[in-house]
Amino acid sequence: MRLAGKGLIDRSKPLNFTFDGRKFSGFQGDTLASALLANGVKLVGRSFKYHRPRGILTAGPEEPNALVEVLDPGSALQTPNTRATVQELYDGLAAKSQNRLGSLRFDLLSVNDYLSPFLSAGFYYKTFMWPRPFWEAIYEPIIRRAAGLGTLKRLHETADYEKAFAFCDLLVIGSGPAGLMAALTAARSGADVILTEQDTAPGGRLLSQDGQVDGAWVKATLAELASLNVRIMTRTTVIGAYDQGTYGAVERVGLHLAPQRHLPRECFWRIVAKQTVMATGALERPVAFANNDRPGIMLASAGQSYLHRHGVSPGAKVTLFATNDHARTVARQLKAEGVNIVALLDSRPDASTLEDFPVHLNAKITDTAGRHALKAISGTHHGGDFQLDTDCLLVSGGWNPTLALACHQNARPTWREDIAAFVPRPGMVPGLHAAGAANGTFSTHGALSEGRAAAEAALSALSLTPKSPDLPQAEDAPIRITPLWQIKGKGRAWLDFANDVTTKDVKLSAQEGYTSVEHMKRYTTQGMAPDQGKNSNVGALAVLADATGRSIPETGTTTFRAPFAPVSIGALGAGGQGRGFAPQRFLTSDQASRDRGAPMIEAGLWYRPSYFPKPGETDWRTSCNREVLMVRSSVGVADVSTLGKIDIQGKDAGRFLDLVYTNTFSTLPVGKVRYGLMLREDGFVMDDGTTARLGEHHFLMTTTTAAAGQVMRHLDFVHQAYCADWDVRFISVTESWAQFAVAGPMAKMLLNALLDEKLGDFPFMSCGEVAIEGVKARLFRISFSGEEGYEIAVPTPYGEALFRDLTAKAETLGGGLYGMEALNVLRIEKGFITHAEIHGRVTAYDIGMEKMVGKKDCIGKAQAARPGLIGPEREQLVGLRPLVQTEIASGAHLFTPGDRVERINDQGYVTSVCWSPTLGSWLGLAFLKNGRARHGQQIRLVDHMRKLDVLCEVTDPVFLDPKGEKLRA
Amino acid sequence: MPELFAKSALHGQKPLTRAGVTLSEEVLGPITSVACFPGKRALVAAQLGGFPAPNRREGNLLWTGPEQAFLLGQAPDLSGLAATTDQSGGWAALRLNGETNKLLARLFPIDPRSLTEGTCLRTPLFHMSAVLTRDDKGVLILVFRSMARTAWDEIAHAMEMLQAREAIAG
Repeated sequence: MRLAGKGLIDRSKPLNFTFDGRKFSGFQGDTLASALLANGVKLVGRSFKYHRPRGILTAGPEEPNALVEVLDPGSALQTPNTRATVQELYDGLAAKSQNRLGSLRFDLLSVNDYLSPFLSAGFYYKTFMWPRPFWEAIYEPIIRRAAGLGTLKRLHETADYEKAFAFCDLLVIGSGPAGLMAALTAARSGADVILTEQDTAPGGRLLSQDGQVDGAWVKATLAELASLNVRIMTRTTVIGAYDQGTYGAVERVGLHLAPQRHLPRECFWRIVAKQTVMATGALERPVAFANNDRPGIMLASAGQSYLHRHGVSPGAKVTLFATNDHARTVARQLKAEGVNIVALLDSRPDASTLEDFPVHLNAKITDTAGRHALKAISGTHHGGDFQLDTDCLLVSGGWNPTLALACHQNARPTWREDIAAFVPRPGMVPGLHAAGAANGTFSTHGALSEGRAAAEAALSALSLTPKSPDLPQAEDAPIRITPLWQIKGKGRAWLDFANDVTTKDVKLSAQEGYTSVEHMKRYTTQGMAPDQGKNSNVGALAVLADATGRSIPETGTTTFRAPFAPVSIGALGAGGQGRGFAPQRFLTSDQASRDRGAPMIEAGLWYRPSYFPKPGETDWRTSCNREVLMVRSSVGVADVSTLGKIDIQGKDAGRFLDLVYTNTFSTLPVGKVRYGLMLREDGFVMDDGTTARLGEHHFLMTTTTAAAGQVMRHLDFVHQAYCADWDVRFISVTESWAQFAVAGPMAKMLLNALLDEKLGDFPFMSCGEVAIEGVKARLFRISFSGEEGYEIAVPTPYGEALFRDLTAKAETLGGGLYGMEALNVLRIEKGFITHAEIHGRVTAYDIGMEKMVGKKDCIGKAQAARPGLIGPEREQLVGLRPLVQTEIASGAHLFTPGDRVERINDQGYVTSVCWSPTLGSWLGLAFLKNGRARHGQQIRLVDHMRKLDVLCEVTDPVFLDPKGEKLRA
Repeated sequence: MPELFAKSALHGQKPLTRAGVTLSEEVLGPITSVACFPGKRALVAAQLGGFPAPNRREGNLLWTGPEQAFLLGQAPDLSGLAATTDQSGGWAALRLNGETNKLLARLFPIDPRSLTEGTCLRTPLFHMSAVLTRDDKGVLILVFRSMARTAWDEIAHAMEMLQAREAIAG
């Protein structure tokens, strides 16, 4: 029901929206909750477990009940669990209620409510024990269907999310009186201030409560803050306090509007602050009495907020129930607007009864009535039993300071008896100062004063001289609370509305021995819903304290963890969605390869051509076979720029390589290349590659594509940890050179067609500088194919041009491009290893390279000699050939013929396989127990996944040209 | 003269202007990495006319790591004093002109106000490792050449979002 002339809404801007398909209208400045209340809608959702009808409890982000799904107009997307009290109204907003089967009014699952005696806390631990297989197959799916919140469409998120960083001297969290005063004090004193506010506008309680402070003061303060360059971040919730003054915050950027292209829904901020003022206010708490969860029962502060912010009366016949003085103000303000106040029920025996409406002391509510909306309440007060007809009950059980952020680094708050609440202690988070209601100081004057004091403390830590403003006149009434947590009696009394936890559940938990507050939380699920117990934690532990005969401070709180408020995965992962997950690395030849129809495959972050289909080739293997035979018979060209290239210089460069490689490099002549093997510190193989000596004190190391980063990191580690004083410097030059393999019997002919000077004697494992088409280049005679092979490197900008020229000339010779598939076949035929073999669990001994671990010391040498890493029990690298030509697969396991196929008889596994067009055979590389002694024997290859069972011959891993005559040609 | 065509990392990419910022590819001349050998920093500085302190830029020398800088240009003979490598083609350079602070706050975990002329930082750009500096022409970002497209796309996306944000402001 809208009240004329009240509220901060813009009545000149009406907005249309729908809820469960029904059309309504509200105004600019409404939340979905206020607009629903204005339209007389009280039933907005169903509870988590019992599917109880629920309405709106609060007017803020702590809302446990009014969770809805917001539908994206024009797309199939929907956002579940949106708090109607936070969602701002926009024209065309479409929302629907959630967690129901059938309509909201006639939810079929509300049968759960009648079954509640069987569904108390922990029911599924006890009730669904037998028969055992039924749990996963039947019980759990049914329980999951019946419980829960909103649903997802299982579509990809297409909306934009943003991330951003901010830095300041002072972060002020919350813009109520304490926050405003803190920001003003700090800004006047010259500090760089960020002021965050989770709500749509700054002001905090001053927006929801009338007459706390002169309205002109707020306006003037905001204007002054703007003029002092204070960054005021509205719609921004600080969700976590992390190390070194870093705070996470989520800004609702576009959620208050219909979706727009490129407009981020949310922005995830990382705010780094030298000092922080936590002025996060306090949350009013309910009281647990029987059936205290009916639509129409809400917090007194919420009623006040709807009145002042939205000009909405929470009901037509309003009753209030309070343990403190605050609710009286609310009652008076409602009365002043002409709302019928049925009664104020005050639980205290000694409060004043002098009001303009009936006040009953010593009051207790023992039951309520009304299925879909509150109709009546009953109980006792100083005059005896009562029953009142009412459609709205505003409850105030006192206030809990919003102190979660102060506890995020695991410090615990302290209990203050006079206000019956936990308050933060100083120093819980370094540099964080609590002020105002967040610190347990509830009056407006107290908040202003503490805000100023907190800023002064922060300024002193910042070595700034405070220029403190005067405090404006403000309300300074004490709260005068007599705590009342629960009203014992018949019927279920709700503590945690969001997770349907009652006082009975907490008592049951204590009765079953779960008396620790952390155990109670897990047994009952209290505090585990999206509201994270904001409305129920203190109440629940008070009930637990009562049930266990301890005091509240003895009972203690559960652990507060970030995030303080729900954060969408989209916001959390902003910048990492889709392709943002990792950078894409493209070769200079990328477009040329794609032009030729090559399917690109990911190799680490790189995109490399898989094969180059010719017209008529319909499958990869046909193309691959052709490319392999082409390399073996004429010449092939492949882009190998992805291999890591590390330039190493200095007088100790050779010595450094001797330390990181198992073999010796200090003896390598200038102009020569050597194969090297690198171990991790634990003695297992890390990487292999070739290193060229370009000059007396100048080497160029090549790593595998996969381990380029790891090797660079390793070199840095070894240098910094073991030989920081050596005369050696290294840097990645991977990106500086485009490098192409030219392999095959016509390789030299192809190179000579392009080199500025014909290649003279250039034996296997040579390197040197050449010029190609007028560009200085590096040439290496190395081979990963077993053929006569070269790799030619030019500065990256020339990469694409050289690639295209090499390709054209190669094709003239009957050769051409080959892709990753052919490259793989070529190296398997030759028995060369890749990271399929050196996968992190193999030693130099396993791959038959133990002789490369020389006499000198090297990283990993001692660890590689540990017992169990050398011997016949090790799985050693072998070749495999099926006896009958049939497909084999990597991942298959090996068994001795005649043994049962079971784990205990496992003899090894296959790492790489290919069809070799050169040899007309399937080939495999495998690790086999004592494999080197088993050449010539038969082994059974079994792959349960692919249903393979093939007898193979164990061979040397080098299938082709074992003497290496071709590559030395 | 080379007969091979040279191409920049984002050859043909037109500048993009959003939210008051223009993003463009800049083709830098030669880049030489200079890493001083132990104890040789002063001698290197004498040869180069200075050597930048961490997070600083000195003339055409960009700090890129401990005792290491990128020289925008050809290095003189520093043999025995410093290890030098040609990094010219290895980096893509992106230029930001205009009101860059809001955009920078969405790209780098730094305070944009601290990126004054003469500052040079190694800092992540999304999941990439970047060199970030400001010169008399504006903000300059260097990323691995192979990642240039991703860097462009990410920055362009941040600019689009910023523009959409500004469209709803006020």
